[in-house]
Amino acid sequence: MSHHIVEVRDLIYAYPDGTEALKGVSFRIEHGSAVALVGANGAGKSTLLLHLNGYLPTTRGDVYIGDTAVTRETAALARRAVGLVFQDPDDQLFMPTVAEDVAFGPLNAGLPPEQVERRVADALARVGMTHVRERPPYRLSAGEKRAVAIATVLAMSPDILVMDEPSANLDPRARRRLIELLLSFEHTRIIATHDLEMVVEVCSRVIVLDGGRVVADGPARKLLNDEALMLAHGLERPHSLKHLHPRELHLDNRTRGSL
Amino acid sequence: MGIANWIEIGRMDELGRMDTPVHRVDARAKAVVTLAFIAVVMSFPVHEVSALTPFLLFPVTLAALGRIPSRQILKKILIAAPFAFVVGMFNPFMDRQPLAILGPFTVTGGWMSFASIMLRFVLTVGAALALVACTGMNNLGAGLGRLGVPRVFVVQLLFLYRYLFVVADEGSNMFRSVELRSERARPLSLRMYGSLIGTLLLRSMDRAERVYRAMVARGFDGEIRVLRRSSFRWTDAVFIGIWLAFFITARVWNLADGIGLLLTRITP
Repeated sequence: MSHHIVEVRDLIYAYPDGTEALKGVSFRIEHGSAVALVGANGAGKSTLLLHLNGYLPTTRGDVYIGDTAVTRETAALARRAVGLVFQDPDDQLFMPTVAEDVAFGPLNAGLPPEQVERRVADALARVGMTHVRERPPYRLSAGEKRAVAIATVLAMSPDILVMDEPSANLDPRARRRLIELLLSFEHTRIIATHDLEMVVEVCSRVIVLDGGRVVADGPARKLLNDEALMLAHGLERPHSLKHLHPRELHLDNRTRGSL
Repeated sequence: MGIANWIEIGRMDELGRMDTPVHRVDARAKAVVTLAFIAVVMSFPVHEVSALTPFLLFPVTLAALGRIPSRQILKKILIAAPFAFVVGMFNPFMDRQPLAILGPFTVTGGWMSFASIMLRFVLTVGAALALVACTGMNNLGAGLGRLGVPRVFVVQLLFLYRYLFVVADEGSNMFRSVELRSERARPLSLRMYGSLIGTLLLRSMDRAERVYRAMVARGFDGEIRVLRRSSFRWTDAVFIGIWLAFFITARVWNLADGIGLLLTRITP
């Protein structure tokens, strides 16, 4: 049984006040792919992400992680398989030191201390943040906070990484490091973002949400290059695509390097 | 960066991670001794001043052996001082019964109890700050938890400490933005203050929801687990023993008077 597959079927979610945030969303994401979730503010991206680890219960429809439907009973399992990196690292980093924050998830999973220590060391090394391990998180720069927030999730060794606006508030260098980091992961990645230039570099597939519905789902470069589609849903065609030879538009990122 | 920078909350964490004999004492031992200290200091009669002075030894020793710069603690005592001042402020006016005559001045009971309140405030707040600085907030939390303090309180305490600066910064950003958009001369109206405080409260509640969400995503089940576990050694018991003995001695006998008498008897 693989946990690397995410499937959402006819997901409907209404907030307690009756507003429908998601009006029947369906998609299936395969093992190891990087998928961008794009759409204007209020399109339902963040609400959708909170369903992937069972934090919000579905009003109707199902979310599957691997072969398991996410319900109240299986939420713990989903939370182990799906690592959620939130938009504001200050919400995610609440322990007094970076190392303790990274240890928070593994300790909750009940791992023995030596194993927790190894997970912490590995996760921090993976994001290049070993040198800040004893520092208090709120003393870090925005880029460091972001990297540490990702480490806190990596330490739980999830199969699927889900990120909400990972490049928000980063300076160009920190953003570049983030992109390199995202490209280096083998996990299934689901990235909700407005940074379409980053999507061009990192993701092979794009799902466009608007008004709680999936309005387009396909190869990243093809959809992002569709000016009419982008404008219709409050988005813009990324500049970098305007300079590409049409032949390149249909290539996947991974094959792009070999050109 | 505002308030958070000024009171240097982060600095307390750095101090708490140092390695000195006092830092190595188990958090539980330090917490028990500090609680006993506060209880004893509070148990003196209202007009007592001189018998309280020997108790300064505890926070001063803790800070000195823990190599805590006194400025760090004094600054934070000053921040809280207005509260104690307000509590004791009216005593000199209410209680005008003369207790002693110092040259041309008559010291009334009100002034004595005011001095007593301020001294107790400095002692207890100083001791609590020295405790946090020599232990680190999260070690202290873990220690309190293992002493049997309910988990809810411990978690509340740790979160209060962690998010104090985030909320303080949010608040100062809001006040700054109001200042920038209001005319220089006009002070903020009470109504403006009300809506700002209300907004700050709502924002804090939203933040709490998001933090909880992030915790649940990492398997939070109501218990905060800590990696390092210190063990209770015999030196910790000695630490408790010595200080409790001192507190009891200083409570029963007025050591300041005793030393004064001793000195005046020796030097004619």
